[in-house]
Amino acid sequence: MTIAFGNPDRPNSYIGRSVPRPNAGKLVAGAGRYVDDVVLPRMVHVAFLRSPHARAKIEAIDVGAALEIPGVIRVFTGAEIAETCTPWVAVLAHLKGLKSAPQHAVAVEHATWVGEPVAAIVADSRAAAEDGLAAIEASFDPLPVVVDMRTALDAETPLIHPELGDNLTFQRLHEKGEIDAVFASAHKIVEARFKTGRHTGVCLEPRSILADYSRSEGQLTVHHSTQAPHMMQTVFAQHLDLPEAKVRVICGDVGGSYGIKVHVYPDEVATAAIAKIMGRPVKFVADRLESFATDIHARDHEIDGRIAVDENGRILALDIDDLTGIGPYSVYPRTSAIEGNQVVNLCGGPYDFQTYRARTTVVLQNKTPTCQYRAVGHPIATAVTEGLVDMAAEALGLDPVEIRRRNLVADDAYPYTSAANMRFEGLSHHASLDKLLSMIDYDALRADQAEARKQGIHRGIGIASFIELTNPSPFMYGIGGARISAQDGCTVRMDPDGSVVAMSGVTEQGQGTEGMLAQIVAEGVGVPVSKVRIITGDTQTTPYGGGTWASRGAGIGGEAALQAGLALRENILVIAASMLQSTPEQLDVADGQIVDKATGEARMPLEELGRIVYFRGDTLAKGLPRELVVTRHYITSEYPFAFTNGVQASYLEVDIDTGFVKLLKHWCVEDCGRVINPMLVDEQIRGGIVQGIGGALYEECVYDGEGQLLNANMADYLVPMAAEMPDMIIGHVETPTKESLLGAKGAGEAGTAGAPAAIMNAINDALRPLGARVTQMPFTPERILTALGTIQH
Amino acid sequence: MKPSPIGYVRATSLAHALDLLAEGDGEEKVLAGGQSLVASLNLRLIESPNLIDINGIDDLHGIAEDGDVVRVGALTRHCDLMACDIIARHVPILSEAAPLIAHAAIRTRGTIGGSVANADPAAELPACVVALDATIVLASKTDGERRVMASDFFLGLFETARRDDELLVAIEFPKIKPGERQSIRELVRRSGDYALAGLAIAGPTDAPRLVFFGVGDAPVVAAGAMAVLADGGSVDEAALALEDDLDPADDINGSAGYKKHISRVLLKRALSGDRQSDAA
Repeated sequence: MTIAFGNPDRPNSYIGRSVPRPNAGKLVAGAGRYVDDVVLPRMVHVAFLRSPHARAKIEAIDVGAALEIPGVIRVFTGAEIAETCTPWVAVLAHLKGLKSAPQHAVAVEHATWVGEPVAAIVADSRAAAEDGLAAIEASFDPLPVVVDMRTALDAETPLIHPELGDNLTFQRLHEKGEIDAVFASAHKIVEARFKTGRHTGVCLEPRSILADYSRSEGQLTVHHSTQAPHMMQTVFAQHLDLPEAKVRVICGDVGGSYGIKVHVYPDEVATAAIAKIMGRPVKFVADRLESFATDIHARDHEIDGRIAVDENGRILALDIDDLTGIGPYSVYPRTSAIEGNQVVNLCGGPYDFQTYRARTTVVLQNKTPTCQYRAVGHPIATAVTEGLVDMAAEALGLDPVEIRRRNLVADDAYPYTSAANMRFEGLSHHASLDKLLSMIDYDALRADQAEARKQGIHRGIGIASFIELTNPSPFMYGIGGARISAQDGCTVRMDPDGSVVAMSGVTEQGQGTEGMLAQIVAEGVGVPVSKVRIITGDTQTTPYGGGTWASRGAGIGGEAALQAGLALRENILVIAASMLQSTPEQLDVADGQIVDKATGEARMPLEELGRIVYFRGDTLAKGLPRELVVTRHYITSEYPFAFTNGVQASYLEVDIDTGFVKLLKHWCVEDCGRVINPMLVDEQIRGGIVQGIGGALYEECVYDGEGQLLNANMADYLVPMAAEMPDMIIGHVETPTKESLLGAKGAGEAGTAGAPAAIMNAINDALRPLGARVTQMPFTPERILTALGTIQH
Repeated sequence: MKPSPIGYVRATSLAHALDLLAEGDGEEKVLAGGQSLVASLNLRLIESPNLIDINGIDDLHGIAEDGDVVRVGALTRHCDLMACDIIARHVPILSEAAPLIAHAAIRTRGTIGGSVANADPAAELPACVVALDATIVLASKTDGERRVMASDFFLGLFETARRDDELLVAIEFPKIKPGERQSIRELVRRSGDYALAGLAIAGPTDAPRLVFFGVGDAPVVAAGAMAVLADGGSVDEAALALEDDLDPADDINGSAGYKKHISRVLLKRALSGDRQSDAA
């Protein structure tokens, strides 16, 4: 079956329209049901004693006094939890050489970062549990810490896990072409060191879990704020020695995730273990301090980059040396090597060149573990690439737009394989750049910049092209041995009243997944979107799937929903044809009615078909198929990933007296293939840009030399806020993937991928006449003034 | 985090509150707007306090003119300062300062008495109080009312001249006079944040008092710069004098050198009438 996407007047034309989200009203009314809203009989609360040291031997934990505190029920040490819960080692077979140490839910002998759980205390309220925490007498023997990634591999640096032999967890070198020869003969070489600040994704709803174990049924039921319920089902089963079938993960409303909630957290697994031990519901909701100290961090990278160009401004080669510190453990089960691996895969991605060397070195440190956060590796790779391209343009005397025009992969060159061996099915760099330039009115913007400069006002324009990896196949995790589904499914059911219920394996975290699914199913079946209800986030009722991460909800989950909806429509038409003495080919479903396909004339409402099928099946032809429940699955097969592309622009003003940056306006043109809901996509892009702005200007987890996180609160860790955000203008170019009927690629991370690079380039554009340049994120006022030489360190 | 168990009494009158403070054992904490106190309780920075809730005491409300001064009751909310004509006419720096305090929800609860008694060195109102050389009115069961000049009130980080048995009941601000100026400006990364550095200015137009906040343990009177201005020196000379006036500490929000630098920028912009936006 095909859909005339190009015709907005086609019947049931929901795909491509800004349909309001069905669950928005509930959330705005404060009627969402988050984990913390779930209260079960006999429920207890757990709080964790967390290591105050970045590295220490746990000498003794005396819980006697804690047990005397009113309300305290039980205290668990790491050793006690370990009797029920096995440790994990986060490696993937396809990331050759990746190694990590066994990680316990509660530390047993050594604590390895400030915030690692070292004991768990169960009480009848969270407050009582915290009273108990204060009464635990724990003694530690602090050990020398590893905090600086630059010295993590030095011989005199202590080993965080001596059994590993060193602090190197992963290294990958990718080489293509004769890099040294190309650099030796290049017209110009530009090099720079970039730093991206360690930061985290701050979710409105903190990590939350309520685990309930029924001894009589041997059943673990987990209410969990997660992006990947089926993955967590496997994790709980494996490490608590339960059959997968006896673990049910329910994921209600989730208040933001951004990748933070797709990982296995020791305190959450410990909570489930305690539920199994105690045979009662146990709740853990991280507070804000715990969120900062234990939610995964990301982007802690230092990158040396070199670019070689010829006299015509063509990029000849790129040479990247990336170093990243990931904390004391690779994070389970996706591993903490992915981010560095992505930097290798993505640097230079938009450009047509074939000589490339990139190395990532992933080292351990005694800081909060890092792992995948929105746009994994993309903001780093894009900042390095686009920073170098701008510097090359400067060296050549070329306009930043012109150097991109000369080097972006041509729009008719696809399929194209990049220097990093990434395969692109179809991208639109030039069309996107053209659209961006017309949106920003580039010449007028340059004129405004020049005019302002005459008045001593320093404005800058920054442009950043990018690619984004979406819709991952099993090549991302599955081939490495992780039980993380790249396939997803959707079950669609028509009820007697003609309404449709769709159950999907992808999940909703506030971004509108369910709204997107509803409009796809509505179009697929042929019913008003108001007649569609969506169920996600329950391993017991939805098709098995991966969940929502890596911008796969629409591209993978959406295609499964479309195919299921279309299949249900076909089944409906078979029944309708029999009832109306017609043929399925002569009929269609439109707006909840069986209609004559040729004329659109209404023949019968779906309610009537439902009434007959469910209550008067005796009147239908014997043997007539009457399947009003259909399931379809979808997995990509042609390409390991569906790459998208886009380009962003930032216009900003640098106050050279204070170093403050004022964002004047931001633009993004991106190509996520078929746009299903323009409003949702635009808001995804905007939200992503805001998080990119956070990384560029505000957010940084600041540690001292002892591995103490100094700004673990919302006053000192600067999350970007609405008042400082610029207007963001979003435009689209649509190059649908041919792998699916829907043609959708991911859109969730494009904003974050490109924003930091655009802002960096804009700041440096503003500073260029003053001879200053910044490459260390976040670009704080102090760093800008230091670059200007206004203040010294 | 959840607070530890808390004692709580809602004072029914000023006398009641003063009785409670007099009878206390030093663990008493006065609950006014609660915008700093409640966060401290939740973080368990203050453990098991006995809270004395003064919100029901009518005597602590109200803004009134009294001859050359404006008396502002301790329970005056920041949003009340913003909306008050008397303040706008006679103590305009407070009208200017109140919108700089945090966000709307906090301004609706937070009080001037709480802000001044808490003595956060980065807060706006203590700096205004010092710049205006206002009088802090304290009350206790034993001594009745005691008046302390602002310059004697702020002793250090979260430390004031208020005794444990005393309640801050009001602040008396001198009215602005012809030939005087008042203004406040600050540098914040995000609107509503505590200032990286701020400057409150009040007094004779050509030789005002200069009080910095966010750059020391308490509001800092820039005596050297003030002297330069009083002697007819230039703005640039006054800015140079800040080198000795200010001694900020390095912290995660900025180095001492950066804070000194932007303090000079603030002074120059304030005195040169440069209206370039400080927010970024």
